[in-house]
Formats: sequence, structure tokens, C-alpha cells
Amino acid sequence: MIDYKRSNIKLWSRLGSCGAFGVAASELAQTSDEVLMITSDLCFYSGLNRFKSKYPDRLYNCGIAEQNMVGVAAGLAKEGFVPFATTYATFAAARCADQVRVNMGYMKLNMKLVGLTAGVSVGILGPTHISIEDIAIIRSIPNIIILSPADCTETVKATIAAAKIDAPVYLRLSGPMDNPVVYNEDYEFEIGKAIELKDGGDVSIIATGTMVYNSLKAAEILDEKYSIQAKVIDMHTIKPLDTQTIDKACKNNKLLVTVEEHSKIGGLGSAVAEYLSEKSVRPPQLIIGFCDEYKHAASYDYLIKQYELEPEQIAEKIVLKYKNMKG
Amino acid sequence: MIDKNLIKKCQMASKKIRIDIIKMTYTVGNVGAHIGGALSMVELMSALYLGIMKYDVNNPSWENRDRFILSKGHGVMAQYAALKEAGFLSEEDLLTFKKNETQLFAHPSINIEIGVEFSSGSLGQGLSLGVGTALALKRKSNQTPRVFVLLGDGECDEGSVWEAAACSSHYKLSNLVAIVDKNNLQYDGPTADVLSMESLEKKWADFGWNCLSVDGHSEEEILDALNTKSEIPLAIIANTVKGKGVSFMENDPTWHNNHLTKQQFCQAMEEQGVQSV
Repeated sequence: MIDYKRSNIKLWSRLGSCGAFGVAASELAQTSDEVLMITSDLCFYSGLNRFKSKYPDRLYNCGIAEQNMVGVAAGLAKEGFVPFATTYATFAAARCADQVRVNMGYMKLNMKLVGLTAGVSVGILGPTHISIEDIAIIRSIPNIIILSPADCTETVKATIAAAKIDAPVYLRLSGPMDNPVVYNEDYEFEIGKAIELKDGGDVSIIATGTMVYNSLKAAEILDEKYSIQAKVIDMHTIKPLDTQTIDKACKNNKLLVTVEEHSKIGGLGSAVAEYLSEKSVRPPQLIIGFCDEYKHAASYDYLIKQYELEPEQIAEKIVLKYKNMKG
Repeated sequence: MIDKNLIKKCQMASKKIRIDIIKMTYTVGNVGAHIGGALSMVELMSALYLGIMKYDVNNPSWENRDRFILSKGHGVMAQYAALKEAGFLSEEDLLTFKKNETQLFAHPSINIEIGVEFSSGSLGQGLSLGVGTALALKRKSNQTPRVFVLLGDGECDEGSVWEAAACSSHYKLSNLVAIVDKNNLQYDGPTADVLSMESLEKKWADFGWNCLSVDGHSEEEILDALNTKSEIPLAIIANTVKGKGVSFMENDPTWHNNHLTKQQFCQAMEEQGVQSV
């Protein structure tokens, strides 16, 4: 059994989302004979070294051949196994898009695709390795659940939940090592059920992945500096979207904000906007995410600042919109 | 030595499969169908379904069944016709081919109840599914079933085929068989002109497969090759003729996907020894 004690939560945060995934993988191996790990030359990178040494016959390395890896995982899934296939998020979503579409979308095979280093945590490796489009690509394919955990504890929870649900899942792992902690104790995680982390009556911020932490920080700034009260929601499941929670977030608040470490095109913001487009009464929406361009290769912190996703920058954008609305 | 009666049984089935393919193509009318590549794989289908594979029509998901994956999904008319010979489908079922609401799509759609293991259509993906399936059977310590994947020679242009080919030999998948329907034609013309992959035999062998070459229209040679015991994955290059059995279609790339006029239908049927009305 996984122990969600403080020291573990601290350790997982230090390891980053890949390391936390590895912790969950080892846990799953103990509790289920069906769970397998498949990778394309990223065993170590996926945090699976311990898994490999403990369960060598349950990890298949397909080499640097991601498209084949997805098909192999699909074949294993059809025979009753629960394979997790790991590679960089951009290779998972973009390079393997057709394999994902046919095997996970069309055939609905019970495999889990793990997109490592989504967003810009590997920004120093340049635009070939960052992933700002993966949610958009996978969200447009029917039948795939998309999980985007807020921190390393939620990564552990999401991985375990992904294994338990009999459906294809895309697990989007983001954030650097020393991933900020959102959840510092055990809590209830359910696929498709967003979590309200902070209440507030002026603005509702719906965030996903690493931007949950930054949104919490932005909410503090909004309160301290501008006396704006913001509700903050962790939308860890991007598909299926928790529309009930969105309805609730819209009800009393004047502005709805979405924040994500992903392109503004096709991600969480788009998903929320698509849902709300059917409503006749709804608050204005501000979509915060990456602008539609590739930045020069740089470190994670540097790129987050360049893309204007630091807490202060998020708060400023919200204030600007909020004031304009009032005027 | 292959049992003579078995060869005869497969030959009889080939005849019926070929007739059914012509009928299905005629039935869909002007939209046409992928008849050329279906006719080239007829004997491969009859050898597999009537001579080699184990399955149970009354229990389609029987754990010990052999798995067949049609990676060249557009050739599916031949598979549907073979599934009729095997007892999974009826003549009426075949005539729903490509009609609205049918189970018999122009490309296979996953439906184990009628013996279709996986969806396909996007080329270059079936062998990876075969690798996953073969690995799974080994994991389950199920030594009985074999996994057969049928690819087209044009399909071998896809890089993902070779990713899967390398993976198969790396994991020593002795329960996996890849069959290449080498009819030497693809959509835009002769494979040699569009993208030469010669020699296919050498390529599969270089990728670590036990590679055999057969006359893909000889049931006896196909059965013989499929019975080969191999400790490594087995590749069979089946040398075939696109449009085989219908004189005006043979080796003509325009019959990759085409429709039949009434006159052409009658001639095609007559060439099978059937007087059509």
C-alpha cells in the first residue's frame, strides 16, 4: 500500500512527475499481475529503473520506435494486460497520433499512454522535445480519457486510477524535478471529478497540471494586492470534462479563467469554452496558456516566464481582464 | 508432406472465396471495392482458415484460438469470404459489404464475434499488434496459439512495419508469422517504380526472421511453409498476382479499387466456371 505520509510526498516532489510515476508503477506491479510497462528507450527517464530491477520480465523496451510501441501495448491490452506505454509527450501524441487514434480511439483498447515531460520542463532541449500541443491532439480523438495531475502526489494517484479504469487513458506528466506540492496529505481522487482547492466569490480559476500550483499562488496575489477573491479548481481530468464543477464555478462568479501549461489552442481552455458555448448565460472566459509560438530553447523557469505563466503574470492577466469588464 | 485431401479442401475454398469476392464487388455497384489485392490473397486465406488455424465458431474468443490480423485491411473481402467458409459469416452477411449499418466495413473493424481480431485500414500497424499479441500469449504461457499477420508488399513501405519486424526478432517471437502478399503492385503502379523494397526476402531475413518464399497461389506450398517449425519469427513472402483469377484484372493496377460492369461481372464469373444471369 502506498503511504501518503509527508516524507513520501516530499520525496516524490523531489523526484518529479516521472519519478512519481515510477513509484506508482512499482506499487501497481505488487497489486496487479496484469500491469506492464512498455517504453521506447526511456526506461530510466520514465522513472522505471526500480520497476525494471524488481520486475524485469514485466517491462518491454521497444527501442526508439514509438509507433511500434503503441501497437505492441495495444496488442497486449487486447489479451487482457494493462500496459503503460511511456515516451516524451510530444512523441506520444504527435508522432504516434495515428496509432493512438486507431488503437485507443477507434478500438478503445485498454492501454495507457504516458506522456513524459509535457509542457516545457525539457525546454532546454528545444521545440522538438517540449510538448505544447498534446492535449489538443489527443482531446480531438474520441474515447480517450486525459489525466493531467497537478503535482507528484496526484501523479501517483492518477497512475493508479488509470490502471483501475477499463478504458484507454492518456496520462500527461508535467513539471520539473522539485515539483511544487499542491497536495500534502492523502485525499480522494476520482477520474472526471475536479477538486475545488480554494473558494472565492469573484473569479473562478480552473487550472490543470503544474498550473494548479501557480494558480493557487496567483489567487493569493489577487487577494493580497487587489482584494479579488478567486476560487481555484484542479481540473485533473480534461476528458471527460467535469461539467458539473464548471457549472458551479460559473454560477456566482463574474469571470472564468482557465490556466494550463499547454497551447491556448485546443487545451483545457478550449474544452471549457466548447462546453460553455452551448450556454446562453455564462461569465466571460479568459484562457491563459502558451501563445501560439515556439520559444527559443531555455530552462523551465525561464520559459514559464517567457510564456507569462508565473503566478504574478497570471494574476496580472486576470486583474486586467477583471478591471476591463467592470469598466 | 501435406495431406492431399487438405490441399483439395483449401483449393475448393479458394474457388468459393474468389467467387464471393467478385460477387461482393459487383454488389457494391459504382463505389467499387479493393478487388485486386483481395484476389491476390485468396489462397493465403483458404490455407489459413481451412488448413492451419484453430478457432471455434461457437466460441469466437476461445483462448486457444490462433489469431489472425489483416494488416493490409483493404484486402478484407477475401477475409470476409474466408470467414464465410469458416462458418463465421453467411452469404447474406457478405452481401451487406460496404452497405450502411453493415458489420462488414471496407476495412476490418474489431469484432471478435465474427472473427475479426482488430481494426485496420491505416497501413503499417498490424505487425505491432501481432507483436503485442504474441508477447501476451507468451506471458500467459499459452504455447498453443500462433499469431498470423498478413501484410501487403506496398505496405512494407511503412517504416512502422520495420520497427515491428525488429521488435519481433528481438523478443524471439516464435509464435508469430508474418505473411507478405507480394503482388508487385501498389496504388500508383508497380512497387519497383513507386518505392523499390527489393529484396524483401533479404530484408526480413536481415531483420532476424526466418524468411521463406512461396508461390502465393499454391495452397500446397503455403500450407507447407505455414507448417515450418521456427524458433524465431517466421516470414513468408507469398509471390502473387494482383487480380489473380480474372484475366482482365491480372497485373493491372487500375483494379486496385474498381467497380464491375454487368458484362465484366459475367465474364469474371464465367472464368470461375460459373454461369451468371
